[in-house]
Amino acid sequence: MSYQRVKFYQTGTFTVGNRLLDEGDRTVQARTDRSNSLNSGHRACQGCGEALGARYALDAVMRATQNKMVAVNATGCLEVFSSPYPESAWQIPWLHSVFGNAPAVASGVAAALRAKGKTDIRVIAQGGDGATVDIGFGCLSGMFERNDDVLYVCYDNEAYMNTGIQRSGATPARAWTNTTQAVGTEPGNPMGIGKNLPCIAMAHGIPFVATASVADLHDLETKVTKAMSIRGARYIHIHVPCPLGWKSDPAQTIKVARLAVESGLFPLFEAEGGVVSDRTPIRKQVPVEQYLALQGRFKHLFNPRDEEALAAIQAMADRNIHLYGLLPTKPAMET
Amino acid sequence: MKQQIEGSQAVAQAVALCRPEVMACYPISPQTHIVETLSRKVKVGEIGNCQFLNVESEFGALSVLIGASAMGARSYTATTSQGLLFMAEAVYNAAGLGLPIVMTIANRAIGAPINIWNDHSDSMAMRDSGWLQLFAEDNQEAVDLHIQAFRLAEELSCPVMVCMDGYILTHAFEEVDLPTQEQVDDFLPPFEPVQVLDPQDPVSIGAMVGPEAFTEVRYLAHHKHLQALEAIPRISQTFQNIFQRSSGGLLKLYHTDKAETLLLALGSVNGTIKDAVDDLRTEGWPVGAIQLCSYRPFPSHALRHAAQNAKRVIVIEKDLAVGNGGIVSSEVKLALQGLPTIVDTVIAGLGGRAISKAAVIDTVKAACLEGLEEPHFLDLNWEAINRELTRQAEQRRSGPTPENLLREIGLSSGKAL
Ligand SMILES: Cc1ncc(C[n+]2csc(CCOP(=O)(O)OP(=O)(O)O)c2C)c(N)n1
Ligand code: SF4
Ligand SMILES: [Mg+2]
Repeated sequence: MSYQRVKFYQTGTFTVGNRLLDEGDRTVQARTDRSNSLNSGHRACQGCGEALGARYALDAVMRATQNKMVAVNATGCLEVFSSPYPESAWQIPWLHSVFGNAPAVASGVAAALRAKGKTDIRVIAQGGDGATVDIGFGCLSGMFERNDDVLYVCYDNEAYMNTGIQRSGATPARAWTNTTQAVGTEPGNPMGIGKNLPCIAMAHGIPFVATASVADLHDLETKVTKAMSIRGARYIHIHVPCPLGWKSDPAQTIKVARLAVESGLFPLFEAEGGVVSDRTPIRKQVPVEQYLALQGRFKHLFNPRDEEALAAIQAMADRNIHLYGLLPTKPAMET
Repeated sequence: MKQQIEGSQAVAQAVALCRPEVMACYPISPQTHIVETLSRKVKVGEIGNCQFLNVESEFGALSVLIGASAMGARSYTATTSQGLLFMAEAVYNAAGLGLPIVMTIANRAIGAPINIWNDHSDSMAMRDSGWLQLFAEDNQEAVDLHIQAFRLAEELSCPVMVCMDGYILTHAFEEVDLPTQEQVDDFLPPFEPVQVLDPQDPVSIGAMVGPEAFTEVRYLAHHKHLQALEAIPRISQTFQNIFQRSSGGLLKLYHTDKAETLLLALGSVNGTIKDAVDDLRTEGWPVGAIQLCSYRPFPSHALRHAAQNAKRVIVIEKDLAVGNGGIVSSEVKLALQGLPTIVDTVIAGLGGRAISKAAVIDTVKAACLEGLEEPHFLDLNWEAINRELTRQAEQRRSGPTPENLLREIGLSSGKAL
C-alpha cells in the first residue's frame, strides 16, 4: 500500500492544534469537549479561511463562557454558507439581521442581558471586512464609543466575497477584484493603505483590540480567551485567506496566511486601552513577493514585473515592522 | 389621573408605565421631547432596570432593538421622517423576523425640500414593511394606543408603529387621563417571547430562505395582519373594560348612519373633520366621517360595511403617491370595489399646511355639487406653480425648484424673502 508521509510541524508551533502537547496546553479545537459552535456540513469553499477562523474564535468564546454565548452575524459568506434554510450549522443561539448592523444588534443583546441581570451570558458580533470597515462602520464605532459589552470579530478576507469578489475598504493595494480589475495603467486596486480598522478601534480607547491570523490558531484562541476575560467593547481582526477571491490554492490557505504575517503585511499585536501592549515578533522577515506570488489576484504584478508596485508593497510591510517593532533588530516606535 | 400635559410627555409617561426593558433612541424633531423624557426617567431609575442607549443613528437604534427583542426584552423607540427612512432596512428586517418592537412615529414630511412639519409621508413609505400602524386622533388616544400597542405586538409577535401627528399632537398641551401603574399592569402581561436567543436552547434566527419557502413565510406575515384585524378590536375592548374609556379599534364612525357623503382620514385632522361634519349637518348636509385608526392592517371589510350605503367617500390624506395620487384613497377604492360609491382623493396638509374647517366644508360642498378632479389638491397655489412652470419652460438652467417657488410665493404675497 502506498502512503504519504504527513509532515507535522515542530512541537510548540501549535499548527495542528497540537496533539503532541500535554492535554492542558492543547488548543480548544484539539479537545474532545470542543463545542463545534459552527458545525461541519456548512457550504464554505474548500480551504476557506473565514470558516476556519470562525470555528476557532467561537469555540474559544464558548470555552471562556462555559457555553453561555449568543452570536450576532452580519450578512456575508459566513452567514450564507452556514444557514441556508432549513439547514443551520450553528449550535449556538445565532441571530442574523442585515449587512450593516451586527454591532448594534449585539449592543441590543448586551443591553437586554443587562436589563435582565443575566451577566453570565455574553454576546459576540461577527462579520466580514466589508460589513466591518465599510457598511457597518457607523454602528461599530457607536458600539465602541458606548463601550458596550460586545466582542466584535472581523474576518478579513480583503473583499466582498459573498457577492462575488468586489473591492472593500480593506482590499489591499493593487489586488485584483471584480471592481478593481487588472486593466489600465494601474491594474488592480489603487495604491493606498486601505482602512486600518484595528488602529481605528484603538483610537476609540476601548479596553481590548487584537489582530490574529488563521496562520497561528493558538494565538487566535489565546486572544479570544483574553478578550472574554474583559468587559466592555472588544475588537479582534482576523486575517482569513479566501482561496476563491484570492485565486490561491485551497490547500495553501495556512501558508498564505503565514506569509502575510512573516512578511510584515499583517502584523499580529494586541492593544489595551488604545495602546499597543504586545506583538508577535517575526523570526525572519520574508519578502512580500513570496506572499503575493501565491495569489492569482496579484498575478499582474509579475507579468511583466511591476517593480514600482512591488517596492511600494514591500515598503508597507517594512513600515509595519518598524511601527510595531516586529523584528528584534528594528526598535519599536513609541506607541 | 387627568393632567394638562404635552403630548410627548404624556406618551413618554405611557411608555414608562409599560415597563420597557431596552430603549435606543436618536433625536429628530418632533420626536425629541419623547426620548428626552424617557432618557431622564431611566436615569433616575423610574423604569426599573430599563436600559436607554444613545446611539449613532436611527438605523443603529432599531438594530439595537432587534437584538434586544430577540433576547426577550420589551423594546421601544421613537422616530419620524428622515429618521424612519434612515432605518428603513431595519424596519423591514424587524417585521420579517417577527420582533414585537413598539415605535412611535411623530409623523413628519420627508425631504427634499427638508421640512420638519407634519404629514404622513414617512409612515406611508413603510406601509408594506409588515409593521402594524395605528394612528392617534388626539393625545389621549396616543397614550392609550401605546399601551395597547405593546399588548398587540407581543400577542402577535409583530412590531407596531403608533403614529401621532408631529407638533400638532407631540407638542400640544391637552388634558390627558394618565393611567395608573396598576391599571397598566392589569392590562399588559409580561413579555413572553415566541422566539428567544437562549444558550440552553439554541436556535438560529434570520437564516437564508430561498424560493421554496419564501412565499409561505411572507404569507404568514400577511396572516399576522389578518389576525390583527380580530385582535385590535378585542384588545381595544379589553382596554375599555379596565380603563373605562374607548380608544383605538380598527375605525371609528361619526354620524355615518344615513350619511350620503363620508369623509375619511387618519390622525389628528379627524378633530377638524368632526367639527366640519357638525356644521354641515346643521346646514342640512347628510355628511358623516370615518376615522381610520388602524392603517395596517387595512380594515377593508369593516370599512366596506361602514361605507356601503354612502354615495361618496372623500378621503383627505396627508401624503402623495407621486405619479399616481392618493395612497389611502387607492386602498379605500379597493375596499369598496363593486359598489357604486364615488371615492375622491383630497391631498391636504402636506409639510404642515393647516387644514381648516372652512376648507373641509368647501371641499365637501364642491365635491357634492360639481365633483372633484382626481386627485384634488387642497389649497394649491396655482399662480405660483404656473409661474414656475413657465420659467422652467423658458430657461434650461432654471435652478432649484423649491427655492424658486419660495421666491415666487414671497413676491406674490408681497413679503420680502
Ligand atoms: C445593504 C446591503 N448592501 C449590499 C448587500 C450585498 N452584500 C451581501 S454580502 C456582501 C459582501 C460581504 O462582504 P464581507 O462583509 O467582506 O464578507 P465576506 O462575504 O467577504 O465574508 C454584500 C455586498 C446587502 N446584503 N445589503
Ligand atoms: S468565497 Fe472565500 S470566504 Fe466565501 S466561502 Fe469561499 S473561501 Fe470562504
Ligand atoms: Mg470580505
